[in-house]
Amino acid sequence: MIERIELTKRFDKIDPLSIKNYLDFGGYEVFKKALKMKQEDILNEIALSRITGRGGAGFPVSIKMKSFAKESGFKYVVCNADEGEPGNFKDRYLMEKDPHQIIEGILISAFSTGASKCFIYIRGEYAKAIGIMKNAIKQAYKTNHLGMNILGSNFSFEIEIRRGAGAYVCGEEFALIESIEGKPGRTRVKPPFPTQVGVFDKPTLINNVETFCNLPFILRIGGTEYSKIGNEYASGTKLISLTGNVKNKGLYEVPYGRTIREVIEVLGGGVNDNKKISMVQLGGACGAIIPESLLDMDIDNEKFNIFDSKMGAGAIIVMDESFDMFDIILKNMEFFQHETCGKCMPCREGHIQVLNLIKKFVRYSANEKDYLSLESLAQVIHETALCGLGQTSMTSIISTMKFFKEDYQQRIKESLFKEEYYG
Amino acid sequence: MILQKILESYPVSEDYLLEILIDVDKQKENHFISEEEITIISNHLGIKESHVCSVVSFYTLLSTTPRGKYIIQICKDVPCYLNDDFNVLKTVENELNIKVNDTTRNQKFTLEFTACIGCCDEAPAMRINDSTYTNLTREKVIKIINDYKEGKYD
Ligand SMILES: Cc1cc2nc3c(=O)[nH]c(=O)nc-3n(C[C@H](O)[C@H](O)[C@H](O)COP(=O)(O)O)c2cc1C
Ligand code: SF4
Ligand code: FES
Repeated sequence: MIERIELTKRFDKIDPLSIKNYLDFGGYEVFKKALKMKQEDILNEIALSRITGRGGAGFPVSIKMKSFAKESGFKYVVCNADEGEPGNFKDRYLMEKDPHQIIEGILISAFSTGASKCFIYIRGEYAKAIGIMKNAIKQAYKTNHLGMNILGSNFSFEIEIRRGAGAYVCGEEFALIESIEGKPGRTRVKPPFPTQVGVFDKPTLINNVETFCNLPFILRIGGTEYSKIGNEYASGTKLISLTGNVKNKGLYEVPYGRTIREVIEVLGGGVNDNKKISMVQLGGACGAIIPESLLDMDIDNEKFNIFDSKMGAGAIIVMDESFDMFDIILKNMEFFQHETCGKCMPCREGHIQVLNLIKKFVRYSANEKDYLSLESLAQVIHETALCGLGQTSMTSIISTMKFFKEDYQQRIKESLFKEEYYG
Repeated sequence: MILQKILESYPVSEDYLLEILIDVDKQKENHFISEEEITIISNHLGIKESHVCSVVSFYTLLSTTPRGKYIIQICKDVPCYLNDDFNVLKTVENELNIKVNDTTRNQKFTLEFTACIGCCDEAPAMRINDSTYTNLTREKVIKIINDYKEGKYD
């Protein structure tokens, strides 16, 4: 079995609008157990699990939680449900199909770190998910899983939903904080980090939806047992959003350490119409584009470093041979050009230049000089941009220059040919 | 009227600005935020009008110009592109006789692009106001647009 169904086990088996269904399925039992545990024991279980963040950057969860737990005063937890990276839909499924699992994870996180309030920041486009989460929160208050003295303990906790309004960059931690405060979502300069100075200048712990969903699972089976799922570089399961030219597009839950090929061929059923795979983009628009020959690579955080890329949030976008690589790169660049917040120069101006250069490749009018300009420009943006958007937006260019260099050279040759014959 | 109700539904605190603006934009039939509304909101929250303007202009779901009753947003990102074998955009443009970013003369439809709406497993996809339409085919798109034209959702 390639799949291991844990976070998705209640999908389509419970009514997401009914807290009773969730409770009947053993829901909130782990949180009740946690309420009787010492806070540091919970944090230790999470450390033993070796879990890393599922929102893209793959940072160890327990390190962030432990440093946040040390902060004093009123503290916020933020659940990042902005999910704007093209090709990803796992957080939408988690919200639409099992909303209380997320709330239970948030409660465990908040109780173990001493936080008092949570904002769930959901992108505005996710109208259905917003409705379901609002309903779930209302039910949780009614049954005293939220509010004052939760389930007779001395732990009190609130959750409030805030909506985004169509800005991908608001998934970035500081942009998200600004947006919750009702401002344009432009990042701040770090440090201080959000765990020190976050929402309304209070310490703030930000995690992804899927990350929170893992916490009840970890406490249920224990950190040590959890750490045995996956491989030496990454533990647990990962939700994979599989899309593009595959037969069975969809959401799959697989343990870390399986290969990309297994996911595409066994779960995805291979490519449509018996065509061949020409490229696969990993993570989303900010991820690497790799050739078919690299698909035997394991899915984990370590292996992806060779692409200067992260595993990302778990998108796998499969492209067959009928698509032109430069068209795909152009679409990626148009996305980032639209989503740049304009705060720093390399990203604001850089994307305009990069777009012009990529268009030359698309239109068969590129020369060797354009290639060199593109190469150095991409590197400069990657290295000097202020936030993660500009730091990762060039990955599709940098990775294709590494793995598909001959395609660039071929295009330059064809451009020359076109010019000589057609003027 | 609509605005007053919305303002009353939130605490008077400037961090609710974005929530208020989203509600105004959604609830008004022509989906936009007027200069007058900007003034009222800024007075109500005790913040500068220029700050309200900067928020409205930053977020793509918000608009300062009137739009149609139904905002049709076509997804333009890679996973949808890979599955769009009939051209969703062209089909809608033909049905409505407008180009992207235009509004029909009867103020019923505005056509826009959107970034990925997280329905890539059922690509190609589009959104009309708060509803998503997926696994689109040419026939399906034409039927959806006609249903809206005929007032099935009015
Ligand atoms: C431009 C940009 C967009 C991001 N979008 C998201 C997002 O939609 N959801 C998310 O969880 N993390 C997103 N991230 C990552 C967050 O900044 C942050 O690392 C994450 O929420 C931390 O949670 P985790 O440790 O549980 O993954 C984004 C980062 C950048 C730079
Ligand atoms: S890298 Fe881009 S999105 Fe990030 S701060 Fe700079 S301009 Fe804004
Ligand atoms: S790319 Fe169109 S919905 Fe994701």
